[in-house]
Amino acid sequence: MSHRDDPRSEDGKKDQSTPARPPLPPRPTNLSFFQDNNSNRQATSSRPPTRAGLVSSATTALSTNDVNAYTRLGSVRKLRTVPSQLTSSPSMSKTASRTASDTADDSSIRSYGLASEQAQEESIFGDGLASRKNDAFGTDSGFISTHDMLEEADVPPEIDFEEEFEPVSDDIEQEEVAHEAWKAKKKHFLILSAAGKPIYTRHGSDAIISSYVGIIQTIISSYDSWNNQLRGFQAKDARFVILSQTNLFLVAISNLSESEAQLRSQLDALYTQILSTLTLPTLTHIFSVRPSTDLRRPLQGTEVLLSALADSFTRGSPSTLLSALESLRLRKSHRTVINNTMVKARVDELLYGLIVAGGRLVSVIRPKKHSLHPGDLHLIFNMLFEAEGIKAGGGESFIPICLPGFNKTGYLYMYVSFLDVGSESIRELGLDENIAKEDAVAIILLSANKESFEDLRSMKGYLVHELRKNGSMKVIHKAVQSGRPLPTDIVPGTALRHFLYKSKGNVQFFMPAFESQFSDMQSKRQLFSIYHALHASVHAKYAAVKVQHIVNSTCSALAWVTPMFELYCIASAGTSRNALAQNANKVVQYIQREEERIFLIGGAVF
Amino acid sequence: MAGRGPAGRPGAGGRFAQFKLVLLGESAVGKANQSSLVLRFVKDQFDDYRESTIGAAFLTQTVTLDENTTVKFEIWDTAGQERYKSLAPMYYRNAHCAVVVYDITQASSLDKAKSWVKELQRQANENIIIALAGNKKDIVDENPDKRAISTADAEAYAKEAGLLFFETSAKTANNVKELFTAIAKKLPLDQAGPRNLRANPRTGPLDLRPEATGQQGAGNCNC
Repeated sequence: MSHRDDPRSEDGKKDQSTPARPPLPPRPTNLSFFQDNNSNRQATSSRPPTRAGLVSSATTALSTNDVNAYTRLGSVRKLRTVPSQLTSSPSMSKTASRTASDTADDSSIRSYGLASEQAQEESIFGDGLASRKNDAFGTDSGFISTHDMLEEADVPPEIDFEEEFEPVSDDIEQEEVAHEAWKAKKKHFLILSAAGKPIYTRHGSDAIISSYVGIIQTIISSYDSWNNQLRGFQAKDARFVILSQTNLFLVAISNLSESEAQLRSQLDALYTQILSTLTLPTLTHIFSVRPSTDLRRPLQGTEVLLSALADSFTRGSPSTLLSALESLRLRKSHRTVINNTMVKARVDELLYGLIVAGGRLVSVIRPKKHSLHPGDLHLIFNMLFEAEGIKAGGGESFIPICLPGFNKTGYLYMYVSFLDVGSESIRELGLDENIAKEDAVAIILLSANKESFEDLRSMKGYLVHELRKNGSMKVIHKAVQSGRPLPTDIVPGTALRHFLYKSKGNVQFFMPAFESQFSDMQSKRQLFSIYHALHASVHAKYAAVKVQHIVNSTCSALAWVTPMFELYCIASAGTSRNALAQNANKVVQYIQREEERIFLIGGAVF
Repeated sequence: MAGRGPAGRPGAGGRFAQFKLVLLGESAVGKANQSSLVLRFVKDQFDDYRESTIGAAFLTQTVTLDENTTVKFEIWDTAGQERYKSLAPMYYRNAHCAVVVYDITQASSLDKAKSWVKELQRQANENIIIALAGNKKDIVDENPDKRAISTADAEAYAKEAGLLFFETSAKTANNVKELFTAIAKKLPLDQAGPRNLRANPRTGPLDLRPEATGQQGAGNCNC
């Protein structure tokens, strides 16, 4: 890694004139301001194509993003040859674009529109959207060119993940070895204070990271002193993203072909975790009193939460990628019973009540006045299901937690009880009883009152009793046991290997079970790298891409975004575009049919 | 040791009492010292890599003193972290007994324990029974050089402050059962009082304001 040389890259031009060792980011991304866009673009496209799906010259979501974020000048347009086809084609009438050679594609694309109500609903959003819709669907040329262009683009390279989560030894005598091991990690998360004190690192001891932390701090603060916040840069295959928040610098370094926006949302989640531990006023106060404070002490005990989050990102987390949660599939009537039971069991002190099974949402109740922020839910899920700490604590826990979406200045109090619903009698989980994430059922009750433990506990007692009496516990257990359906259960005979479907309105996602070919960590990460690539390409700022098709030697993949949903699907190599589109359509139909079971819609209000 | 949970009620004629116990102490960096003690007591397990508690954990364990006497402990295992310090009064307010844990291999941990004892004696129940537990005896047994606090010093302090005293090892279970049994024996079993703790709602509305605001730290004034 080339931190050492980074200071020299402070200025893009200097960067080009100074041959750095080892090779430097051709251009720190946020500098595109100062640079001729032209040279900028060329620098990017000369990059090795490892960055994947997104990649290939002109659509590189990353670079269009960067460029467009600052300028939407004609010069940029000119450079984006292929995408410009995409964006300009909507001006053509539909019929005009329907050339003979396109007919096949056209029909498959049109079938989207016909098959899904959602596509029709898009037009409700008025002309602006409607024309953008044309961008996405109406223009076969967009579809085709994207495809053609990406034909030879690699999906992310083989990832050697075996050592990723191994601890870096801090044996002083083997310093070299330790540094090598540190550098070999595919992904790093570092958190430091504005004063340059290390707060958290996923890998390596203080001794190993101290020099890197120093360099990072120097780079960041030199940009800061010019009132020009450094947001990220790229060095070879490593992408650096920096999030500056309340006297903290959070840094992600990734070799896993993730986009800046994706890494940024991961850093955001880490920052939220810190906020949830300390609250914003405390965090601000700590540093205003003494800027050189070592934040590790106030954060003590939460390293495991940060690491659990970091590792889930490294492995690939659909919920973070999509910023959505997954619900347990239940009959609508069953869910209504559970919701009503919870409302009935509620005590005055209750603010929010949740039942979560196997990391999936079963039921939510909330007061009329307060909605529950998806980011907050996400935080709770991470805390309870990604980190072992609380679950392993067994029994019942009572945890002060700040939910930044609700109120970042104070704590709420969270009562958590993990249940084992599988056995004959429902009982609380014993201490350290190892129960798979998939099987754990948690009752989560939040209150603003720190004295509410006994009340919440008695509510839980009543709730569990009632849920058992009306058979809901069995229903939940059965739903957890039956797991997620396989893609072939959803669309018989499908070539789809896996997909992610996000319902934007419900802020929830749905995915099928992982087939055996994705059972190991490595192939799962590969799968997620493709998802990341698809996601990045359809989320690039100002990119009008709404349908993206990637083909490589191992798979054929499709992303499809409408105002109602996002669908990412991956099929085995050689699957034709038509087949892929038809399958995607069937998935959408299935989900629409099952919507009220798959997603928790609304939740109960009291 | 009887099974866990409230199932430990003995037959008619037996004495059954339920007590609230709070565990306090400084959380050793990274690993939980006191939590491992609870884990040993409640589940008879030990985990070298156990992380410290986040928030507070609520656990129960029943101890059978003799044929007729069963004592159920409702245990609050509080996180030792400084940021939760303001929550501590909530946990020890109605506690009948407390175990204050220190680490015999770390000199500073006894000071922290002493300050907890002082706070308990000043602010908790008047009759609270406090036990001082010097944990990690196994490390010292293996390597006496690692001892940072002598038994005599700690014992003298415990005597002076009126505390039960044990050196324990959560890892080898040494003295763990003895510690909790000694506490159970010292509890006022004959008084009917604590029998049904939860059924007695606290009298009068508690004024939570000062604590609630103090809890958010000085940052509150920034809003």
